[in-house]
Amino acid sequence: MDLALAAKNLKKLFNWRVIFRDISFDVPQGKTLLITGRNGSGKSTLVKIISGVLAPTSGSVSISGVAARKGDGRHDVLGLVSPYLQMYDEFSASENVQFALAIRGLKPDGGRVDELLNRVGLYERRNDAVRTYSSGMKQRVKYAFALAHRPPVLLLDEPMSNLDAEGISIVRDIMSRQRNEGILVVATNDLTDIDHYDLRVDLNAAT
Amino acid sequence: MRQHESVRGSWGSSVLAILRKDWQSELRTRYAISALLMFVITTISIILFSLGSEGAPAEVLSGMLWVVIFFAAMSGLSRTFVMEEERGTAMTLQLLAPPSAVYFGKLLFNLVLIAGVNLLTVALYSLFINGFIIKTASIFIITITLGSIGFAAAATIIAAIIARASTKGTLYPVLSFPILLPLLLTVINATRLAAEGAFFEEAYGEFQILISYIVVVIATSFIVFDFVWKD
Amino acid sequence: MGARILLGVWLTIVVILGLSLPMVAQPQQWYDLPIIPGLEEKARIIFFHVPTAWLSVVAFISSMIYGIRYLRRRNPEDDIKSASAAGLGFLFCFLATVTGAIWAKFSWGTYWNWDPRQTSIFVLLLIYGAYFALRSAVEVEEKKAALSAVYAIIAAVTMPFFMFIMPRILASLHPEPILNTQGKVHMNITMLVVFLSSLAGFTGLYYWMWRLQVRMRLIELSDAQKLGEHSRG
Repeated sequence: MDLALAAKNLKKLFNWRVIFRDISFDVPQGKTLLITGRNGSGKSTLVKIISGVLAPTSGSVSISGVAARKGDGRHDVLGLVSPYLQMYDEFSASENVQFALAIRGLKPDGGRVDELLNRVGLYERRNDAVRTYSSGMKQRVKYAFALAHRPPVLLLDEPMSNLDAEGISIVRDIMSRQRNEGILVVATNDLTDIDHYDLRVDLNAAT
Repeated sequence: MRQHESVRGSWGSSVLAILRKDWQSELRTRYAISALLMFVITTISIILFSLGSEGAPAEVLSGMLWVVIFFAAMSGLSRTFVMEEERGTAMTLQLLAPPSAVYFGKLLFNLVLIAGVNLLTVALYSLFINGFIIKTASIFIITITLGSIGFAAAATIIAAIIARASTKGTLYPVLSFPILLPLLLTVINATRLAAEGAFFEEAYGEFQILISYIVVVIATSFIVFDFVWKD
Repeated sequence: MGARILLGVWLTIVVILGLSLPMVAQPQQWYDLPIIPGLEEKARIIFFHVPTAWLSVVAFISSMIYGIRYLRRRNPEDDIKSASAAGLGFLFCFLATVTGAIWAKFSWGTYWNWDPRQTSIFVLLLIYGAYFALRSAVEVEEKKAALSAVYAIIAAVTMPFFMFIMPRILASLHPEPILNTQGKVHMNITMLVVFLSSLAGFTGLYYWMWRLQVRMRLIELSDAQKLGEHSRG
């Protein structure tokens, strides 16, 4: 079975208000899904639902084509970068990425951690506590954290927030690599963030 | 096109990773440990001052020991969950691991904490408080062990619940007390038996209750934790 | 409509009979109640105390069952039923604790004794208090419902331990009660009839109050839902 990310009739209510309804999509391997919508339209909520952190009021999300742990399973096949996802700031970037590996039951792999931190340009500061980082650096750690376990599906919510020109180009590189190797989902208001997409969900029209 | 590696990590390593993370974090920030330490020292000092040179009957002292332990648990055991919520890393954990691994990892962390606190409390108590003499040590040791596990079990699931509420401080003892009361009554009784020099067999009833309590609370927590942890 | 009138009349008759049927040493007429040594007129409290204690337990179990249903189906109606039951249970538990203390004063000379029943009803009161403290500390409706259901389950699971613990502690610590050693009341047939009628009547009262509250809250809920569905998220 090929890798695919699918959603069927997702609906979300919050304190009885409809955030969105009738959201469906089917993203095959190698394709990119773009989620757009003005502020407050539920982009981050939809991303949380896709990542499994939040449950929809009705509807379902499924990821097929990868063997995963019993039970929910999405932990192993997804990577997420989001303004809502925090790192453990008393630990260093190295330790955070190590944790991302260890908690998934993967062997501690110093080489891989270094390689990832190098890729996001944080190699020099890898042993400093994340607490001491600038917001742009914190965003970069989130990428290393998300990619640690080589996820087939990568979710990016506001991918370029807090990034300088160098950071932006690093992320574009990550995005194109992910497109080749798996599935990419990007939620953003800024269409310059992304140079190519195959499917689009626009939340402005979804209530 | 690269083949997708399936991540087949074991549940046990997730649990250990969470335990290690909590432990290392605690070593760096020392929030819970210092709060607990100060609490135990202060409370025992107050007891010492109020008793003066007289001491008190064994029954009263047994009860008071567990009162100190109860309030120590209330001041330190909620941190493992509350801390994740307060700094926004709860979602990180939700993303990374199955709920059962999170629960078990934090249960083990709280167990380590309360075991340390109890050992310290018992040591200080025995050293400084007149009249606290344990005649049947075997009963006492088993009681402390089972009591610690029971405390950790109940305190952890309640901590998970209040971490999702907004006024966390005072809510914790209010919710925990009715749940911990059966445990408290039993360990106080068993401690009294130990102080009076009862035979080991006389405490079998207490041990049975303690073990069933632990099993029931942990099993129930496993089942309901998903509903607490996930939105 | 008819049911409500019947309930009202039933309870009124029960209360009047409970308070006024004569208590004589050797009951001979069908309407005579026996005198319980040590209690005499004060024994009438049994008609009111036991039903309130019974209802506080019934309400708790009911609250827990609806809580479990909510966790399975996430239907807000189940949470409303659970919370309404708990609210009434809290009220009846408070009444039971107070009437129990009064009865304890009559039987044993002091208002509070830490005997198994008094302790259990007090712990139940604490659980109800904790339940509502929890509910008021959570703002998001769905979370409030889920957390209270979970707490009700945990409380229900640990409460049975008291049944095993109390006898062990009792054996060691407490003095014998002064009067009416067993706390038991031997009922003759008249007393039994009045007692059971009171039990039935109060249960009906509870059920009626519960249904009323649930209906009221369901209306509030559907109003809120209609408002929400029409506004854009």
